[in-house]
Amino acid sequence: MRTLTDLSRPPAGPETTDRHTAPAEPRQAPTHDSATLHVTGRARYLDDQPAPVDALHVAVGLSPTARGRLTQLNLDAVRRAPGVVDVITVVDIPGKTDVGPVFPGDPLLADAEVRYVGQPLFAVAATDFKAARRAVALAEVEIDAQPAQLDAVAAAEAEEWVRPPHVQQSGNWQQALAGAAHVLEAEQFVGGQEHFYLEGQACLALPNEDDGVIVHTSSQHPSEVQKLIAEVLGVAFHAVTVEVRRMGGGFGGKETQAAPWACLAALLARRTGRAVRMRLPRGDDMRATGKRHPFHNRYRLGFDAQGVLTGGDITVIGDCGHSPDLSEAIVDRAMFHADNAYSLGDARVTGIPARTHNPSNTAFRGFGGPQGMMIVERAMDDIARHLGEDPLTIRKRNLYRPGRDVTHYGQHVEQTALLHEIVSRLETDSDYWARRDAIRTYNASSPVLKKGLALTPVKFGISFTAKHLNQAGALLHIYTDGSVMINHGGTEMGQGLHTKVGQVVARELGLDNSAVRISATRTDKVPNTSPTAASSGADLNGMAARNAAMQVRERLFDFAAEHYQFDREAIRLENGDLVVGHGENEHRIAWGELIQAAYLGRVSLSATGFYATPLIHYDRTTGQGRPFYYYAHGAAVSEVIVDTLSGEYRVTRVDILHDVGDSLNPAIDTGQVEGGFIQGMGWLTSEELKWDATGRLLSDGPATYKIPTIGDTPPDFCVSLLEGHPNSQASLYRSKAVGEPPFMLAISVWSALRDALSSLADYRVRPALDTPATPERVLFAAQDLRRVPETKTPAETPR
Amino acid sequence: MDDRERLEAEVSYYDPTRQPASPSRRHFLKTAGASGLAVAAAPALSSVSYAGSPDDPDTQTDAPPAEGKQRITLVVNGQRQQLDVAPNVILLDALRHGLQLTGTKKGCDHGQCGACTILVNGTSINSCLSLAVTHDGDEITTVEGLEKDGQQHPLQQAFLKHDAYQCGYCTAGQMMSALAVLQDDDIGTRDADVREAMSGNICRCGAYKNIVAAIQSARSAVKGGKA
Repeated sequence: MRTLTDLSRPPAGPETTDRHTAPAEPRQAPTHDSATLHVTGRARYLDDQPAPVDALHVAVGLSPTARGRLTQLNLDAVRRAPGVVDVITVVDIPGKTDVGPVFPGDPLLADAEVRYVGQPLFAVAATDFKAARRAVALAEVEIDAQPAQLDAVAAAEAEEWVRPPHVQQSGNWQQALAGAAHVLEAEQFVGGQEHFYLEGQACLALPNEDDGVIVHTSSQHPSEVQKLIAEVLGVAFHAVTVEVRRMGGGFGGKETQAAPWACLAALLARRTGRAVRMRLPRGDDMRATGKRHPFHNRYRLGFDAQGVLTGGDITVIGDCGHSPDLSEAIVDRAMFHADNAYSLGDARVTGIPARTHNPSNTAFRGFGGPQGMMIVERAMDDIARHLGEDPLTIRKRNLYRPGRDVTHYGQHVEQTALLHEIVSRLETDSDYWARRDAIRTYNASSPVLKKGLALTPVKFGISFTAKHLNQAGALLHIYTDGSVMINHGGTEMGQGLHTKVGQVVARELGLDNSAVRISATRTDKVPNTSPTAASSGADLNGMAARNAAMQVRERLFDFAAEHYQFDREAIRLENGDLVVGHGENEHRIAWGELIQAAYLGRVSLSATGFYATPLIHYDRTTGQGRPFYYYAHGAAVSEVIVDTLSGEYRVTRVDILHDVGDSLNPAIDTGQVEGGFIQGMGWLTSEELKWDATGRLLSDGPATYKIPTIGDTPPDFCVSLLEGHPNSQASLYRSKAVGEPPFMLAISVWSALRDALSSLADYRVRPALDTPATPERVLFAAQDLRRVPETKTPAETPR
Repeated sequence: MDDRERLEAEVSYYDPTRQPASPSRRHFLKTAGASGLAVAAAPALSSVSYAGSPDDPDTQTDAPPAEGKQRITLVVNGQRQQLDVAPNVILLDALRHGLQLTGTKKGCDHGQCGACTILVNGTSINSCLSLAVTHDGDEITTVEGLEKDGQQHPLQQAFLKHDAYQCGYCTAGQMMSALAVLQDDDIGTRDADVREAMSGNICRCGAYKNIVAAIQSARSAVKGGKA
């Protein structure tokens, strides 16, 4: 540029900038990067974005049958319908027809074989959305139906897998079982979960001037969307640009399963030369996309007279749906968390990714971890009932401790003392034992209403278990007015990632947060990114952004040392100034002045940052390694009151203590803990997925699928972040990931329900309570318990 | 409109040097600015793709309604708006597609999630369940109407202060429901009353604790007539 801007003028900021209009009240931590946009309704989601006026709208024809051969797909009437501009089937795909993210198995549009209800068969682009939907209804579809496999356990037994089973083993588990003083076994069903991101799957594809497209999508993984679109179109990746500004919720449901819709829109945009808008109607969204995997778990565990596990065997069977998607890693993560916070002793853990004729189940906050933890938490409660001890006593005895600090997959658990401290502090702070006594007294005199109490810990492994995904990039620019733009590979879905990454850059450059802006995530700014998933968004992208900021900072220091004749070692950036020396010898150069001088001095004011997580490795052939950089911990105490004649219940009080290391942003982290708990509570209590016998989803809207409302929030809900315990690993400012770990705190609600039910049989019986523990299931469990003869205690498993 | 006309419209759309003022462009491009609404930050080329759809509302006022459409008048956020709508157009789509008021969101489209909540004559409704033609003459308040003279509404300030959102998609609906709740003297003032009254608005991120706190903190300002 020929002239530089006058730095004395007030900073120019468009109306849409939040930080300039943020409330004047000082805050402990910066607010959400889109705060003002959210409360004014100006935050644009996919469907709010302007598009060319001739944009087309897409509707997709979905299979009504779970399994069969497509014998006829006559779309003549569809093509002739008013407003229809283009209709595509699998034969119209110029490039790859399979959009499987890791392994093949996900046809973009069905070929001859139909594998689930809701599978896309064809897509229609029309001048408006209603025209497209009306046209879809005119298709003549004939499918030669075959018996569908809808039972994951039967599929596992028939060796119908999407991937081979996997085993992790430590020590001689058979010997451990043979020598154990006690052995128990049980099975459980852990239900799935619909993501119900409030903004449904949506995208907008704009053909560009050559052979490519620009696609705006609501996706957690823009780089993968770019890759798949390029493969489907048969063009180079550089012809496709994918942008994500924000999502109206993701939760894992937009990690892989936003891509097919973007591929369809991109293909239709290329074919018609027009912009193409796509948004799945809610019912289609719920029917056609995968969910959290339902799991069928089994344990057979031995323990000593104190209830301490000596070893045994755990099997987790994931209902993966029709294709691999991410299921191998999800079942692996269930296995990695089958111990939760407890040493299993000498144990074997087997994971089976079963194939069924359902939509391909996919990532959802926790990624299999929650389902895996459920089996050992069931075991803890069961052992307590068996020995007549309080479940908390049994849990504490089993927590990882020095000498029992290696997992069944060979990773050393470093922060065992922290685990014990969290549990004992929460035990004290929540007044656990006094409340236990009060509840025992209450239950003894209350024949119908029964209270329950449970404390459950969480130890959750942080890192992608696919090692190569643990990398991130960032792109930092400083403009000549001193304003800073940071772009990184992570996507914003409400978790506050952009706010945290902006904070990192501001901190490294000694600037106010308002000086740093984050733009939409785009594949032409930061390439080859990993999904924003595995709780890793801030850990990875924050480090990459920090790396970029540090590079520019070093260049500025070099420049300043020479230009201003400063002592290179004494230079620092703070409060918007470059500072050298102290007291009377202090010299300050204002940030903007420094940047303009550096520009004139021909210093590069832009940098790319990169980060790769150190130390991690895992060998799938041996089932051993260190898959996680570190663990995040927490614990929760939940209290419930159950009407044992109706099965209805309330969660009356919840206390949580959660470990986020040195928090990057306590307000955001607390929100993640609260929200994660609520979502986990929904998974385990009210959110019931129902299919009919033909594989058709019946719970396809929020009227039939019960998501926790504000009225389900515990009236007494106390969340604390553990302070004074930085991460033991050199993570981003010693913080810890927070997206997923709190989700599993909600297991305390399920355990409290079992506790209340146990009171019906004097706390000597191990009630079966599959999840979601709907009032119906709670009632059936209560009825079963009332049938237990009072004198007879359940026998141990014969050995 | 044939495809040739559409093509011309597209060409003009992509030409950033052209002024968005010619009558033919106005026919195709319905900018928020042109409709006279106080939608902040609507760029000059803002045009939503819905505008050309036969099922979606027309905001032209200089011709009689097209066949199959009815002319209605809505007072939206204090501004009188004339719309020609087909009888089956829902109010939410009329607001989003016809008036480019995209702050109100479509969550489930079945009246079950509350994201589309707006006020009609002071009463909160799910705008996805209501036909636009039934609202002729009604006064409608959407999230865009909360700000007055550049000043945020006490509820907006409270939601900001309490971080009462995560992804933000439900926020407009939450605030509109909250406004109705706070203005309804039949609803109690305890947290439990607020939770009961707000149960029609799902926040999938689970920011409920902060939402209750925000609503309660705005109570006095809203009841004090500042709203």
